[in-house]
Amino acid sequence: MKTREKLDAATQNPCKLCAPLGASIVFRGIRGALPFLHGSQGCSTYIRRYLINHFREPVDIASSNFSEETTIFGGKQNLLDGLKNICRQYQPEIIGVASTCLSETIGDDVPMILREFFLKSTSEILPKIVSVSTPSYSGTHMDGFHNAVLSVVSAIAARGNKLRQIGIFPGLVSSADIRYLKEVMGDFGLDHVILPDYSETLDGGPWTEYQKIQQGGTSVGQIASLGHSSGIIEFGDSLKMKETAGTFLEKHFSVPRFASGLPIGIKLTDLFFKLLEKMSGREIPSKYRLARSRLVDSYVDGHKHLFEKKAVVYGDEDIVIAVASFLFEIGVVPVLCATGARTGTIKRVLPEIASAYDKKITVCEGIDFEQIYEKTENLDADFMIGNSKGYYIARKRGIPLIRIGFPIHDRIGAQRILHLGYRGTQQLFDRIVNTVIEKRQEASSVGYSYI
Amino acid sequence: MENIKKEVLPDGEMVMEDILAKYPPKVAKKRSKSIVPNDSSREQSIQSNVRTVPGIITQRGCCYAGCKGVVLGPTRDIINLTHGPIGCGFFSWLTRRNQTRPGPEGDNYMPYCFSTDMQDDNIVFGGEKKLKEAIQEAYDIFHPKAIGIFATCPVGLIGDDIHAVAREMKEKLGINIFGFSCEGYKGVSQSAGHHIANNQIFKHVVGLDDKRKKGKFLINLLGEYNIGGDAFLIEDLFERCGLTLISTFSGNSSIEQFANCHTADLNLVMCHRSINYVADMLEKKFGIPWMKINFIGANASAVSLRQIGKYFNDKELSRRIEKVIAEEMPAVEEARKEVMPHTKGKLAMIFVGGSRAHHYQGLFAEIGMSTIAAGYEFAHKDDYEGRKVLPDLKVDADSRNIEELVVEKDPERYKPRKSQEELNKLKKAGVRMKEYDGMMPDMVKNSFVIDDISQHETEMLIAKYKPAVFCAGIKEKYTVQKRGVPMKQLHSYDYGGPFAVFKGAVNFYREMDRTINSKVWGLIKPPWDSSPEITATFGSE
Ligand code: SF4
Ligand code: SF4
Repeated sequence: MKTREKLDAATQNPCKLCAPLGASIVFRGIRGALPFLHGSQGCSTYIRRYLINHFREPVDIASSNFSEETTIFGGKQNLLDGLKNICRQYQPEIIGVASTCLSETIGDDVPMILREFFLKSTSEILPKIVSVSTPSYSGTHMDGFHNAVLSVVSAIAARGNKLRQIGIFPGLVSSADIRYLKEVMGDFGLDHVILPDYSETLDGGPWTEYQKIQQGGTSVGQIASLGHSSGIIEFGDSLKMKETAGTFLEKHFSVPRFASGLPIGIKLTDLFFKLLEKMSGREIPSKYRLARSRLVDSYVDGHKHLFEKKAVVYGDEDIVIAVASFLFEIGVVPVLCATGARTGTIKRVLPEIASAYDKKITVCEGIDFEQIYEKTENLDADFMIGNSKGYYIARKRGIPLIRIGFPIHDRIGAQRILHLGYRGTQQLFDRIVNTVIEKRQEASSVGYSYI
Repeated sequence: MENIKKEVLPDGEMVMEDILAKYPPKVAKKRSKSIVPNDSSREQSIQSNVRTVPGIITQRGCCYAGCKGVVLGPTRDIINLTHGPIGCGFFSWLTRRNQTRPGPEGDNYMPYCFSTDMQDDNIVFGGEKKLKEAIQEAYDIFHPKAIGIFATCPVGLIGDDIHAVAREMKEKLGINIFGFSCEGYKGVSQSAGHHIANNQIFKHVVGLDDKRKKGKFLINLLGEYNIGGDAFLIEDLFERCGLTLISTFSGNSSIEQFANCHTADLNLVMCHRSINYVADMLEKKFGIPWMKINFIGANASAVSLRQIGKYFNDKELSRRIEKVIAEEMPAVEEARKEVMPHTKGKLAMIFVGGSRAHHYQGLFAEIGMSTIAAGYEFAHKDDYEGRKVLPDLKVDADSRNIEELVVEKDPERYKPRKSQEELNKLKKAGVRMKEYDGMMPDMVKNSFVIDDISQHETEMLIAKYKPAVFCAGIKEKYTVQKRGVPMKQLHSYDYGGPFAVFKGAVNFYREMDRTINSKVWGLIKPPWDSSPEITATFGSE
């Protein structure tokens, strides 16, 4: 068999998803919001299925249901009809319209159609409607995600009296991560607005009565108040080169923006907590001091198991970068770091971190899983860390996979995996060490139970 | 059907009024035609296979999903290449649970997702070049026997001619390459995609291999997708009965089997919706008759096997069939007895696909449960009301753009397996060829038949009837469970199964018992929601 090193017309087993999916997640994290995909129904059905399977929660996404005729005459009427029906049936507070490859190819001018919708509408109570352009033929689900946050903020943020309040744009993290951020902010006594907040909408309990749109999420009012917050924290190295919700607020509303990678590992988490000390004028609560010192202690305990172990890290850029630097911190070498995105971010950031640790690693972007598979051939990696889609590689190579990030379809509790802060790092660390121990234990002919 | 207790259900018309009240008048009018309070004593008609109203959240997928995911997805030795942006291909990557057994040497590309991953410049300047390169690449790496190209929405728009590319590359590489114009916006649901897929397989594959396999009774199984290993159980049954399976469309299937399927002497149609046209075409072109069978439920399976026996009219075959049934039934009876006390008299609702919503009603009936609401996601009128409506079916705009193949008798290979006289005789003997009565006649009075059910309608039905179990797909699963109603996925089988034939029936009975009677439902209400006063006891007694 030829290897695919030089070939790349066909993508085999992609390591990225499409943009409207990212936008849909953002809209599900806004209170009373319904995502609406402007295109054929297949996209929204597929995306719903994918999100439902990851979060194990209902996810409704409407569609303008293009027909063959629509592709000839444009999607305006479908969008108008769709919005009308959604308003009547779901009474959303806000509708998030994301385009699809089809409506983008046709060239529908969604903002213009929306203006017409408001002009023509006879009903008094109309929801807010925000639109975002999400063609998947440029970018990935992460671009869809960040662009949706930006669109929502730029459409809704407003001026007002300065509030002692911090806005956080955490990026695509788990529901548990969002809950953790809230807890941390609360413990620092900081008022905060997190966007998106799907900690409840995509991880809730049974209902006593039917909820057309699941409860929870950031409210439109809170989003408006971002414009007069005292600061913004934005996570994600991939955001450095582009306009984001944070840079928008900085530019148009003079809200100071603090950007950092995802706080995973002690170094990045320290930065985050130092920033919170500064913002709140309070010392770090002892709860977190203790958490940090327990974490360091466990690093020491686990070091003998992890030292010089080799890992393959893959997935979205931001999580790959944060996890790779955490791995360096605990003595594991992330020998291969890969993402399906192609923005230059990981190529820029990771080699630098690696050389600070005096290590050589391979960094790949725009990659698919088949290429990752090929590259793992002679790596002799000890484990892989990333989403479920890499499972088949782990299986073929006979190495364990530690599941993090998105999508996770072959385990329960994806929405409850904690990645962030001292607590998330502790959990990741314990999982990693135990995975390594387990592998050795299973391979041992004696079967020690005293390790 | 045995065991169905004729429930006295609330008046259907009134329930329906309630359901429709929430809709805008225009939508209410449209939906009212697709919701029927059943009454099999009257002539009733249901509107189906019509486009979902924009903004109504539907279970349906797209034409591409039906074409690639459903029909070609379970076929292991063809490389399925999605021509389009990345999402469409990604989402159809190994998400259906059809299983396959390639054997030690056989090709199996099912775990792979191939896509041209179109970028900006392909949309602007056309993607044919990238498509050709991708085909070349797939060929260089895998040397497959066949490659299928699937068009997604944007492709139709930018005007890439996938068929021309297929012809060119077929010539160049010398393997079978063909395209599917299954852009997602075509047709009203994935059903359009089934049709397109079947047409292309019929045009480009069926009939390529004339070698008749050994065996006395050669059959094809049409419309069985081997979810959870159903087809494996059916195959095992066939083997024990002495029936030789040539090809299954499409579960545990291969292109080679399709190429040879025209040598069979009988076609068995499992899912009428997705495949009846292939059965018709095989009859017209090659003279192979078809019968509707159903391998879901022990009773239905026994009936189906006996029908096959009668068709071939062979004593030895019938003897073997009876023997197999006799071997299988004791385990079925035992399981039935065991679960019946826990399931009898309970209510089920089933909203899936194009055949299961009908087939599973019999299975439920075997454990004393009645189905009081059912509907398909992508079926057509004949699947509800039976093939008798076919002559009067109007072809609407959405179906018109799906190619109808004009099929004629094959000049050399057409050979009627049964003469008209024999067929008449079979009919007298109660063997029903080329017939299907649809779901509605089998349902009790005032039960509901709903096509393309919406989220809102689902919620209303649950609130009104509080069924013991609701069967649908992943998209409904959590909404239903949040309401405290047990839910079983009948697309993916919730990672369970197989549920087909006798052993599958036993699995299903037990699984229903466990699902319905799980202790978890009793924990949903926290104590502080019901009794505010503090009582004197604490902890376990
Ligand atoms: S057309 Fe675009 S938006 Fe729709 S599923 Fe495909 S990649 Fe995603
Ligand atoms: S773009 Fe078209 S083909 Fe692709 S998933 Fe959406 S509806 Fe289906």
